[in-house]
Amino acid sequence: MELLYYKKNATRRQKIIGYEMSRAGWLSVFVMGLGQFRNRQKGKGFLFLSIQLTYIMVEILTSSLVQGSLQGQPRAWGYGFFMRGIWGFITLGETTGGRFRDNSPVLMIEGLIAILLLSFLVFIWIYNVKDANNTALMYNLTGQRQSSKAYFKEIGESSFAYVVSTPSLILLLFVAIMPIFFAFFIAFTNYDAYHSPPADLIDWVGFANFGKIVNLPGWRTTFVGVASWTIIWATLATFTTFFGGLFLAVLVNNHRIVCKKIWRTIFILPWAIPGMVSLLVFKNFFNQTYGPLNQMLGLNIPWLNDPMLAKVTLIAINFWLGVPYFMMLMTGILTSFDKTIYDAAKVDGANRQQMFWKVTFPILLSQVMPLLIMSFAANFNNFGAVFFLTNGSPRNVAYEYAGHTDILITWIYKMTKDFQMYNMASIMSILIFLIIGGISTWNFMRTDAFKEE
Amino acid sequence: MGIYKWKTMGHMERIKEIILYTGIYMLLLLVAVAILYPVIWIVGSAFNEGSSLASSTAIPRHPTLHNFVRLFEETDYKKWYMNTLMIAVLNMIASVILTGTMGYVFARLKFAGKRFGLLSILILQMFPSFMGLIAIYVLFLNFGLLNQPLALVIIYGAGQIPYNTWLVKGYLKNVPLSLDEAAYIDGANKLQTYIKIILPVMFPILTFVAVTQFMVPWFDFILPSFLITSSDKKTLAVGLYELINGQANNNFTMFAAGSVLVAGPVAILYLFLQKYLVEGLSAGANKG
Repeated sequence: MELLYYKKNATRRQKIIGYEMSRAGWLSVFVMGLGQFRNRQKGKGFLFLSIQLTYIMVEILTSSLVQGSLQGQPRAWGYGFFMRGIWGFITLGETTGGRFRDNSPVLMIEGLIAILLLSFLVFIWIYNVKDANNTALMYNLTGQRQSSKAYFKEIGESSFAYVVSTPSLILLLFVAIMPIFFAFFIAFTNYDAYHSPPADLIDWVGFANFGKIVNLPGWRTTFVGVASWTIIWATLATFTTFFGGLFLAVLVNNHRIVCKKIWRTIFILPWAIPGMVSLLVFKNFFNQTYGPLNQMLGLNIPWLNDPMLAKVTLIAINFWLGVPYFMMLMTGILTSFDKTIYDAAKVDGANRQQMFWKVTFPILLSQVMPLLIMSFAANFNNFGAVFFLTNGSPRNVAYEYAGHTDILITWIYKMTKDFQMYNMASIMSILIFLIIGGISTWNFMRTDAFKEE
Repeated sequence: MGIYKWKTMGHMERIKEIILYTGIYMLLLLVAVAILYPVIWIVGSAFNEGSSLASSTAIPRHPTLHNFVRLFEETDYKKWYMNTLMIAVLNMIASVILTGTMGYVFARLKFAGKRFGLLSILILQMFPSFMGLIAIYVLFLNFGLLNQPLALVIIYGAGQIPYNTWLVKGYLKNVPLSLDEAAYIDGANKLQTYIKIILPVMFPILTFVAVTQFMVPWFDFILPSFLITSSDKKTLAVGLYELINGQANNNFTMFAAGSVLVAGPVAILYLFLQKYLVEGLSAGANKG
């Protein structure tokens, strides 16, 4: 009864560390595992203690007390892996030039790894306090406690999951998570062409870069211009291919068509040819002076050289590339449709057109809506389409490092690869994430897969 | 529509039908031409005599293998091809192993942190992969992995985990849990259950993962362009792109020849595995 009462009325803090702090809980706050020893759970206590000792040993063994003098960080004398990491992250280096210079990005990455590992320790530490405390409280209430053996059996049950997914998690940590944090923090530094490590150090500048986008007219114009074109592009690219694919799927499905398979195989060809090849071919195909299209027509149309026309051509070529994907998807969904739903519509006297737009289409849309949003996100970041076709051209004199057809992602590419504007590029990445992340989260929240887990 | 229906039609209906038939087939033909013309044109260009774009025609007047010979003699095409092939095969194997186990773990097993893990990889999936490139560059620099084609497998292999884990998990939802339970009753442990019972069931979705992941390195441009610098270490995408970047008029037929040699097999593979690709696509779409 008391236990139920406690569970029902616990505050947030109490839920995490227990109804009240017991002696065992306090002991675990200071030395991990000590509380468990007091609870007579030796095995468990030893496990927590050894985790803490491992961290301490790593810090000692990597420090200059053991390793000798440190290369590159004279000020960090005596620091081990974790302390040095934090020092590097805060200062981003203090010495330039010479053999022992600091390399700011490297220091930041080492710092991030140290901080990530330390935050794991914090998690385990909180769990250790919570565990010691709850065991003690439970013992006071019921006079019983779980043995270490039972605890390890519980862990053993799920250990297979942990062991098997460890390689993937380590890969993700280094290749996905750490780089995201890195890119995020770069947005708050002055890492650009004028501060390029290892020759120079970079420094924290806070929100100064964000201020640039708001305050400097050139950056503001470029950002507003490129961002709005990106949204227009992503919307049009998604909708044209969606309706084009739907139209082709319905057309080939028509009862008057023979050899449906042959037609479909021809129509999915653009999907099967790698995008880069098609795009580079089209780039030449639509060339104003020597492109075959103008020569065939005997005209001199600036397909990719006029700002407005270039955008239209871009969307048209993306249509060619993207239609097959949606056509195959719609064909799959249309053929698996439950035909009985049409009977009711027929009874009500609906004609073929009404049946399609009032019955088929809404059901279809509800099924492909998640995919449509994912496709929008993909088009938003469709680097290849713009890069290989126009590379952002024609030039826009009012823009900073961007052309008329550049979308956010190609603008970022130019800023990093060609102009080393790493900090501004990072800001753009954060903004892209906020837009795309917002849309995707909203989308995923509504799927069954999310609700179930 | 059978002959019988045709016979029972009125005069006006017949005309209407004829117009509909011609209209639909005209439309189909128009689409087919719009799709096939650029395809035929690039294949034709590959066999064209000259090197410039202006002189090449869809159907070459004097077909020649000159462009293919030049490609092999004047560029590192063979090395690019081998680099990319090795990356593709390794990436395919790594992806199937990593995603297969991750999908199984998240679909079938219960463990602390599962919901957190699934949510985290969901969020990871939303970041532009491009965003962390500078960090990866510095990381590779530190570990001496820069300019090593095979190191790209690490990024490709890791990058595909979030999306494909959800895909495989969605697929396994359709497989009854009683299959696992029966194996446990027979005394199999989790590893045995996974390898002997679940892995064979996962074959179709793993085929999808294998094919799509095999394709990735062939025409991925950004990663190798950032991380590979010397000519003989390049992958096909970077090598081919640089062939015509800035001088399309001179090397276009060579580029066309190089593209045909890659895009041809890729397209054929796609056409043959159509069924798996579409199934995998919709299986993951409805659930994830």
